[in-house]
Amino acid sequence: MRTIEEIVEAHFSVVAPKVDFCSLRFVSERDEYLSVRQNILQPVSTSHDVGVMITVIDRGGMGYAATSELTESGLRDAVECAKTWAQRSSGCGVMDYATITYPQAVGEYESPTKKPWDSVALSEKINLLQATCEQLKIGDRIVDWETSLWYTEANSLYLTTHGGRVRQQLRFVLPMMGVTVNQGVETERRTFGGHGYGRQGGLEVLDELKFSEAPAQLVAEALELLEAPNCPSGTMDLLLAPDQMILQIHESIGHPIELDRILGDERNYAGTSFVTPDMFGTYQYGSELLNVTFDPTKPEEFASYGFDDDGQPATKQDIIRNGVLLRPLGGVTSQVRAGMEGVANSRAAGWNRPPIDRMANLNLEPGSSSMEEMVASVERGILMKTNCSWSIDDSRNKFQFGCEWAQLIEDGRLTTVVKKPNYRGISATFWRNLKMVGHTGTVEVLGTPYCGKGEPNQSIRVGHSTPMCLFSQVDVFGGV
Amino acid sequence: MQTYFYQLADDITARMQGDERFTCTFSAEDSDFVRMNKGVVRQAGSVAQRSLTINLITGMRHTAGSVSLSGDLSMDRAWIDTMLVRSREKMPHLPEDPHHLYATDVRSSEQQGKNLLAKSSDVVPAILDAGHNRDMVGLYASGGMYYGFANSFGQRNWFSSFNHNLEWSFYSQADKAVKSRYSGFEWDLAAFRGKVDWANEQLDVLTHPSHTVHPGRYRVYISPYALYDVVGMLGWGCFGLKSHRTKQTPLLHMLEGGAKLHSAVTMFENTHDGIAPNFQDAGFIKPDYVSLIEKGELCNTLVSPRSAKEYGIPTNGASGHEAPESVEMLGGEIQTDQILRQLDTGIYINNVWYLNYSDRSACRMTGMTRFATFWVENGIIKAPLSVMRFDETLYRMLGENLIGLTAERDLIMDSTTYQMRSTESGRLPGALVGEFSFTL
Repeated sequence: MRTIEEIVEAHFSVVAPKVDFCSLRFVSERDEYLSVRQNILQPVSTSHDVGVMITVIDRGGMGYAATSELTESGLRDAVECAKTWAQRSSGCGVMDYATITYPQAVGEYESPTKKPWDSVALSEKINLLQATCEQLKIGDRIVDWETSLWYTEANSLYLTTHGGRVRQQLRFVLPMMGVTVNQGVETERRTFGGHGYGRQGGLEVLDELKFSEAPAQLVAEALELLEAPNCPSGTMDLLLAPDQMILQIHESIGHPIELDRILGDERNYAGTSFVTPDMFGTYQYGSELLNVTFDPTKPEEFASYGFDDDGQPATKQDIIRNGVLLRPLGGVTSQVRAGMEGVANSRAAGWNRPPIDRMANLNLEPGSSSMEEMVASVERGILMKTNCSWSIDDSRNKFQFGCEWAQLIEDGRLTTVVKKPNYRGISATFWRNLKMVGHTGTVEVLGTPYCGKGEPNQSIRVGHSTPMCLFSQVDVFGGV
Repeated sequence: MQTYFYQLADDITARMQGDERFTCTFSAEDSDFVRMNKGVVRQAGSVAQRSLTINLITGMRHTAGSVSLSGDLSMDRAWIDTMLVRSREKMPHLPEDPHHLYATDVRSSEQQGKNLLAKSSDVVPAILDAGHNRDMVGLYASGGMYYGFANSFGQRNWFSSFNHNLEWSFYSQADKAVKSRYSGFEWDLAAFRGKVDWANEQLDVLTHPSHTVHPGRYRVYISPYALYDVVGMLGWGCFGLKSHRTKQTPLLHMLEGGAKLHSAVTMFENTHDGIAPNFQDAGFIKPDYVSLIEKGELCNTLVSPRSAKEYGIPTNGASGHEAPESVEMLGGEIQTDQILRQLDTGIYINNVWYLNYSDRSACRMTGMTRFATFWVENGIIKAPLSVMRFDETLYRMLGENLIGLTAERDLIMDSTTYQMRSTESGRLPGALVGEFSFTL
């Protein structure tokens, strides 16, 4: 019996139109979500989301049609619809799409998986969550607590009328854990990496992240926050843990250098950028310690792949070297529009959305400092970890971020734990105050499925591997 | 579409074994999306998607599975069969769920939308014409949305709606732009052109040099659209029963500390006049109105079936997120055409952007001004404002520092399109606020 993927491929060979270019992107995504809250298993849910996106370039116009109707007639209708949109937009588009040479890659990619999700019985996975959850409730002040696992396997097939054929099988795991404590009008919460420990692979991810050992520290830190003083206000050194760095990199490096933002596509929704095309190659984005790479080839990272959704083979690229901005994050279409080199980052959130420029894995490369050396170097500062609040302007410049937990650094030593830590700054100057970068021993690989962008809106997975980093002269403040 | 869903529901009913029960939801859309940049088309296309979720129930055990539908009956029946087999395989591994609650009283309903939409092929040229010689960027979304519910007790609910939502920005330079919206159920070219003319008028002001203010406290007018974003933040845990019982609500100071908002603030969930379905995925029908804040005081919570069972109080048909979907706020006494005079000297905020809590327990939120936000002196718009960050508690914003609300309110159809086009909406006034805190 043929698989649905094989059936769709056979249909495409029949219905593919005679136009300048046509592609089919088939995506079959299976999810399973397991959650235990207050020691009670929450409804177990699975989903199987499957459909195709047909893209047509004809007479210089481009159009798409996405459908979950996978019959031959369903695909034929989608082809006709995409063709009609291509013809309608011919002559009134941002460019002549016929001038773009889309890749015609042939290849396969699969997430390396040591312990497949289905190799462990459902009851065993529930028992693991149950046992972990029970460890979170150790007193009356703990008012809510939960653990969960979100698993996704995404199989895709990309075909073009010019012979391109790419199959990819990606596996994603996102382990989550949270504990909420309360005393009167004070509620504090600690989570496992701010729900940012998404990785590719199987259940080996739980061992790598020491998931089962996390509850004790989370609970202790949450209770500690209830007794802690408010974070002080002032300008000071700021040491960020990887589970806050993920957000700092994402918002104030990743988004500003996305080429479609620079080209103005996102100005009605996600925003523009303070970065302009002339800055690439010369602009001092950060201190000389800042080295950032685009790397979809790191197997365990959340947004790894062999090819992007335009069929461009994935390669690692330097984005910022020694603080200098080198290359934007733009896929094939944006590269032609801008006349610039980019990366393989044309990606869609699913079969029902067209590809746009996304940051995928954007990593800050490790430096040479230990955490101890960074702390010792600080006369007056603060260590913050685990993001819980994020906000940045539409040019990706003025930001304000908050963390779940912080500890003061005084005369080279970690001292008082403080609650409600926040800091604010301006991207264009913040990274130039990067003072020390942690060595490989401080690096963590993080990822989140919630990067929102695009019209129509798309929420997609991104990965950020980063060490701890120390910044100077940061405006820090606390709660009310 | 409705017939097809009901046919599948009957099929599922026939496939139940022994004491099995089911609840089932259907969602679908047929949408056109035309994305524009620089006054021309960036991406144009259509999305047709259908999805079915079945919650299979055996006694106190249950498990849910969702599947995309192809529209081909034999193919969809095969997928449903596979899903039911997998659900049955899972069932023995699942413990009983003490908090599972679903409707058993049969309350069928039907809300059929009329499709009065113009063809996108007719509308898009008019939009591009408006953007001719303008730096226009935006999205036109249009089409049908469909939701259904069915269960093994014979309840059947159906909702369909056909609307368009155009959001666009005319850019002046850099980050200076006027954002406009035209949403509805029927395309009216004259109404659209009226909005274009208004946007062009505001655009003229944006050509003036920007005014920059220092961090500090200012008198501000928050437009209904900006207030919708602020109230949208309240949907993030403020009104749910679970967030109240677990003390995670950002309204904790109202819940535990006796804090109040200004007596002019009355807010409620108005399902009756909203554009969302009035049923939810466990089969409960939502009441027409649920009062949330009345004259500044916390009132009811939104109670999902699960929370109802957990905490032992009746559900009011809230979704699992226990967030408002059709939020309404009463207006005040300020006439909209008097706003500039009432503002006198301060900041006219048309849009805010990227809000988040900076102190959740204290309901302090931060965000940015965006698009056409103006510096006003003596009741006259003087200049566009360079973007500013605010950081302010709800208790100050809509409490001690609230000067008044406009009498006129705007109906705002939520334009978000994550996964599917949204059916959420709001009806809100504008707010005149003193001592509003800008920090960066």
